[in-house]
Amino acid sequence: MLLQVQDLAIQFTSKAGIVHAVEGVSLELAAGEVLGLAGESGCGKTTTALAIPRLLPRNATVLNGKVLFEEEDLLQKTDSDMERVRWSKISIVFQGSMNALNPVINIGDQIAESITYHEPGVSKSEIKERTAQLLEYVGISPNRIRSYPHELSGGMRQRVLIAMSLTCNPKLVIADEPVTALDVMIQAQILNLLKTLRDKLDLSMILISHDLSVIAETCDRVAIMYAGKVVEQGSAEDLFGNPCHPYSTGLLKSFPNIYSQREFISGIPGYPPNLLDPPEGCRFYDRCPSRMEICQQVEPKSIFTSKGHQVACHLFQEKPHG
Amino acid sequence: MAEAIVELRDIRVLFPVRSGNLLPGRPQKVVTAVDGVSFQVFSGEILAMVGESGCGKTTIGKTILRLIEPTQGEIWFRGEDITRVKKEQLRKLRSKIQVIYQDPYESLDPRQSIFDILAEPLMIFSPEISRSEMESRVISALEATGLLPAREIAERYPHHLSGGQRQRVAIAASLILEPDFLVTDEPVSMLDVSIRAEILKLMLDLREKKGLTYLFITHDLSLAWMISDRILVLYLGKIVEIGDAHSVIHDAKHPYTRALVSVIPLPQPKHDRQQIILEGETPSPIDIPPGCRFKPRCWLWKELNQPEICSQLEPGLKGNGSSEHSYACHF
Repeated sequence: MLLQVQDLAIQFTSKAGIVHAVEGVSLELAAGEVLGLAGESGCGKTTTALAIPRLLPRNATVLNGKVLFEEEDLLQKTDSDMERVRWSKISIVFQGSMNALNPVINIGDQIAESITYHEPGVSKSEIKERTAQLLEYVGISPNRIRSYPHELSGGMRQRVLIAMSLTCNPKLVIADEPVTALDVMIQAQILNLLKTLRDKLDLSMILISHDLSVIAETCDRVAIMYAGKVVEQGSAEDLFGNPCHPYSTGLLKSFPNIYSQREFISGIPGYPPNLLDPPEGCRFYDRCPSRMEICQQVEPKSIFTSKGHQVACHLFQEKPHG
Repeated sequence: MAEAIVELRDIRVLFPVRSGNLLPGRPQKVVTAVDGVSFQVFSGEILAMVGESGCGKTTIGKTILRLIEPTQGEIWFRGEDITRVKKEQLRKLRSKIQVIYQDPYESLDPRQSIFDILAEPLMIFSPEISRSEMESRVISALEATGLLPAREIAERYPHHLSGGQRQRVAIAASLILEPDFLVTDEPVSMLDVSIRAEILKLMLDLREKKGLTYLFITHDLSLAWMISDRILVLYLGKIVEIGDAHSVIHDAKHPYTRALVSVIPLPQPKHDRQQIILEGETPSPIDIPPGCRFKPRCWLWKELNQPEICSQLEPGLKGNGSSEHSYACHF
């Protein structure tokens, strides 16, 4: 395993109180794999992902858990050791291509900055060469190296962010909503680019998206999060072909599929619980169409329904697996 | 076929570009946002208007609301050319044509209570009604949009409500004057996916109960396919295809529509469909290519060995056997 997140718990201190943003999250990612983190706003997917390279904001505290990357716990590393992991091992394509770039520095210099910072001693001519090559990788003509972000479209900026994430040949790229707010055709271009780069550079990826269709198009494995917990996790085939958790089923039914029956999407009535004071028992209880008495009192544990397919719901019982 | 409630006839909308060039005598550049668009919206239908950003869909919506004046063309609403009506008449019309915007975090005044937000249109359009009638209309609008308990919600402020509830308030506000026609501009794109269904369902219910007609503006083709009766596809300010929702998606004729449909992300892994990914991005509406405006990105044009006609002649909308599905392509 390239990455193992074990029993991660994160809380935020806010004016209103303590937000229990992530609890008991465990994830696995094998080398060369793309893991999708899906769920709606506030479910903890970005928080979980940012905890991996230790980039959480100051008001966040990791209460518990391990982040094993190549068998080393990143949470135990010193800050300066961590700096050597960031970008050269794990990089991020941040959410919001409109705001993630510095408006007063040209894109070439922004890409070069991470090379100079993480690999001091690299010659100027090599930096220039590598920057041009990275731009070419992501489908931008190298003669735009001096362009400023405002001269580029949303799709092009997203490409620049992807180029920036690749500057130091990372093993793992975390992409946070990389195609949200882009037009359908540009979305397809970017997803295609990510697939190509993954094959060409032998990358592993974590792709965060609220859009299950985008996840289905790109991921090998999927973890679905709800109110700070992973409710279901498995291969994309298992999750989309045989979803178990009532939240996964409901979420899937919220997306129209033009190749199936033309029926109205059903959605999930209600709202997620307030994480300032999360309920006992199952966090999906209030909205669950199949809830039982036990669900309100006892929190369901994550169990395997088949090999590699985990679900945290009282409707399911552990099956022996080999 | 039902009667047309709204009809656009050859609408063009041009915007001057601020070029920073103050010298007189230099040609002023213009953006052609909408370039000769004609279509009808039939009473009781949902017509989805789809296209990528910059295709002119929001501009068309705003032109129908007369928030933007068309440079050329006519807009007919119930047998009246509303591009020519005077101010007082326009006010009356505004109560019949309403709008729901995308972002319920920005479309509601944060300093007004929900009651005040809903009562404001009534105070403007029917100042004569009594306080008690106003109250009962506000309460029934809240109830009709599923905001319960209505009396309690009426006293709250937008920041007390969730995104889905806010969008319901926006819908209630647009319904309070009992309009016939609603322009909805991406009404669910800001909402979490699990909440979308409820809002869309509400829109459908209200169509049944109140006989509403919708122009549903969206960039999401699968959503358009699911909710609308007909779909209209725009590219660079012009209609490239219009027809029955199912046939526009499953029997798309125009190469642009065919490409768009082929890249709709699907909630199922490992499907084997041929994606047509267009290269580059939509050109600027300042320099619209001559002939067919889609030609520079057209895969079919390349496949057909670059026929001359596409560079010379702008294709008009042509029927597809039945008049209900037409597209603008020479092939």
